[in-house]
Amino acid sequence: MKLLTGNDLKTGAVTWWTGHDWSIHIEDAINAGDRADEIARREEAARRVNAPYAVDAEQRDGKPRPLHIKERIRALGPTVRPDLTLKPADPDHREWVI
Amino acid sequence: MAEIIRFRDDEPVDHPAVTVDSFLDQSNANAVRVEPGDDARALIPHLAQLHLVEVNFPAFGDGRGYSSARVLREAGYDGELRAVGDVLVDQVAYMKRCGFDSFEPDTTLDPDTLGAALARWPEVYQSAADTRQPIWSKRHA
Amino acid sequence: MYLYDKYDQAMVDARVEEFRDQARRRLEGKLTEDQFKPLRLMNGLYLQLHAYMLRVAIPYGTLNGAQMHALADIADKYDRGYGHFTTRQNIQYNWIKLEEAADLLSDLAKVEMHAIQTSGNCIRNISSDHFAGAAADELVDPRPYAELLRQWSSFHPEFSYLPRKFKIAVIASDKDRAAMRLHDIGIRIVQNEAGEPGAAFYVGGGMGRTPMIAPCIREFVPLDQLVTYSEACLRVYNRYGRRDNKYKARIKILVHELGAEEYTRQVEEEFAHLQQQGIEPPLAELERLKTYFADPPFDDGPKTVDRSDPDFALWVDRNTIRHKHDAHVSAVISLKPIGGIPGDASADQMHLMAELAKQYSFDELRVMHTQNIVLPHVRIADLPALWARLDEAGLGAPNLDTIEDIIACPGLDYCSLANARSIPVAQKISERFSANGKTAALGELKLKISGCINACGHHHAGHIGILGVDKKGVENYQLLLGGSEAEDVALGKITGPGFSEDGIVDAVETAADVYLRERSDGERFLDTYRRIGIDPFKEALYG
Repeated sequence: MKLLTGNDLKTGAVTWWTGHDWSIHIEDAINAGDRADEIARREEAARRVNAPYAVDAEQRDGKPRPLHIKERIRALGPTVRPDLTLKPADPDHREWVI
Repeated sequence: MAEIIRFRDDEPVDHPAVTVDSFLDQSNANAVRVEPGDDARALIPHLAQLHLVEVNFPAFGDGRGYSSARVLREAGYDGELRAVGDVLVDQVAYMKRCGFDSFEPDTTLDPDTLGAALARWPEVYQSAADTRQPIWSKRHA
Repeated sequence: MYLYDKYDQAMVDARVEEFRDQARRRLEGKLTEDQFKPLRLMNGLYLQLHAYMLRVAIPYGTLNGAQMHALADIADKYDRGYGHFTTRQNIQYNWIKLEEAADLLSDLAKVEMHAIQTSGNCIRNISSDHFAGAAADELVDPRPYAELLRQWSSFHPEFSYLPRKFKIAVIASDKDRAAMRLHDIGIRIVQNEAGEPGAAFYVGGGMGRTPMIAPCIREFVPLDQLVTYSEACLRVYNRYGRRDNKYKARIKILVHELGAEEYTRQVEEEFAHLQQQGIEPPLAELERLKTYFADPPFDDGPKTVDRSDPDFALWVDRNTIRHKHDAHVSAVISLKPIGGIPGDASADQMHLMAELAKQYSFDELRVMHTQNIVLPHVRIADLPALWARLDEAGLGAPNLDTIEDIIACPGLDYCSLANARSIPVAQKISERFSANGKTAALGELKLKISGCINACGHHHAGHIGILGVDKKGVENYQLLLGGSEAEDVALGKITGPGFSEDGIVDAVETAADVYLRERSDGERFLDTYRRIGIDPFKEALYG
């Protein structure tokens, strides 16, 4: 599957395409499939996202997981500062990233 | 093509500029266009004959034209020096310092933004091809 | 240290307003990201892995207490309570919002700081010797020359769209503590045979994917021609540096492809021309700058310390450096606690360092390219009190230049260019060596880690270097041996196939053990490596 990701123009936060909007939570991401480029162009032109691009992903345990570690780190936060990630209290999240 | 913004009072040259190669071949034109890969120094023996030098910026990130402009001004060229192509409003102030005195950007520059950009810098740190007095000179005037 | 006059302040204030206007136009859609990117980069603002990242310039690594306090306040106000000191002697914040960036720059300008030209294809922040003005071995303080060039290079109208970034370092000692010959231009202030001061120019060094050691292109440039000669070096580069391939666009490739001799010939020709143009500030300007770097009022006092506390004695031995005034030392605050993130400091730690600078170091601090902080002028009599404060705050690690004093780039934890994480490898290595007790025996051993080939972690220049690569989506680490960024500059060699994250920690220990087995009296790791070559290490690593 293909996820569409980018950054919020104002805040820089990593965001994921949910089918109708952008979310900071990768769990909300949908498969953008072969429409990824078209959606990216449209959303960037409307400044709802900055520098969007598509990433390859799989479904694992019912939620999307990017195939490359870089995108998994993007999705959660720095592995060396779990306190600053989106899931500071979740002991399994490191497992999910690495 | 957008309009030409000029900072000089003389009549503009009204015919198209020729390439550096064809200028050096035939040598009776008075307007020439310098591409980023051209050596502006090749024009130095012919400066008295030139009324317009266009320096092309095919992409705004390619800064060779800034040096071409200074090379020509330092050699004494006082005709029109025009930046053409992918010229962005945030670059015009630096280009003026390098000796450009007219601009023909691919995309029209918003006049208010251009005015603000040109008024931006109260001082300059370097001596360049314009007449602005650098900070070091003011400090030791 | 240098203080702004009304001109400097006006320029920095104008820059803040320019950026405020540019950011507004971007948010309103009047600038595309492609158009905005070079503008934000020239103000140090990147779009990184998690957010916008802002790199603040610390010219030649020098700052005062008020500036360090301001950096701490910015960490709290605009970021998440910490900052990262970098190998360019700068500081980076990782979680900045575009809509707040101009306000942040405005706060910086209030303490005479900025983020000007900390990225982009322009002349970057100028680095220097972190012990400048304090070192016992320097000819002169190199910082007035660095400041002269900082002003010349700021908002340079001709050199803001260069083929690629451009880094300058200035030193004034035979000892090189600034990796001078691994810069686009390295300048060493020297004396000629007549005893007159001048500058030796080294051009075309760099790390990155094609590391090169800069050749000397001129042994003596008179001090009243420094700016003109620099302008000549840059103009030749701007006109002829490659623009067809960003990986071949640095000046090192131009100098390499032309040959140092031909590049030098072109520079000399341009220099002869530019000398007629009147672009050089008068020597009076250099004299003005020098007055800002005059010695603080050093006092006589005790020259030795009470060594009865072994922890304190170890810190003094490892982390203090001989000073030109014998009742003082330069004290290094290690930002490398065991298992910590190299170069990170919390806002609280920054505030403390600022206070300590005020109390013990004539209000001055330095950022080292090795990601530590220096209090340059500490009275030897004050060392016990200083150390107690540092130790209490977790800033007393006694590990300068040891294997625990690791340079690491942010790596894949923060950087969108990275191929592998650097920080966890640094953490594991420092934990391993603090646990196995070999750190002391290994002595001076400079270990440097980069998470990709761009070499922000200086892996080419490490006695031991580590390069993170992406091996089919899995992090993999190559080992390099024999590099140095000092006056004995050398580029490390890759030992062979790479290692996993845990494998590279074992490999570093294996290499360290080869040294411990093979060394002769007084040899550092690098000396032993140079004597015995890479083969015994390969044998131990790959059998």
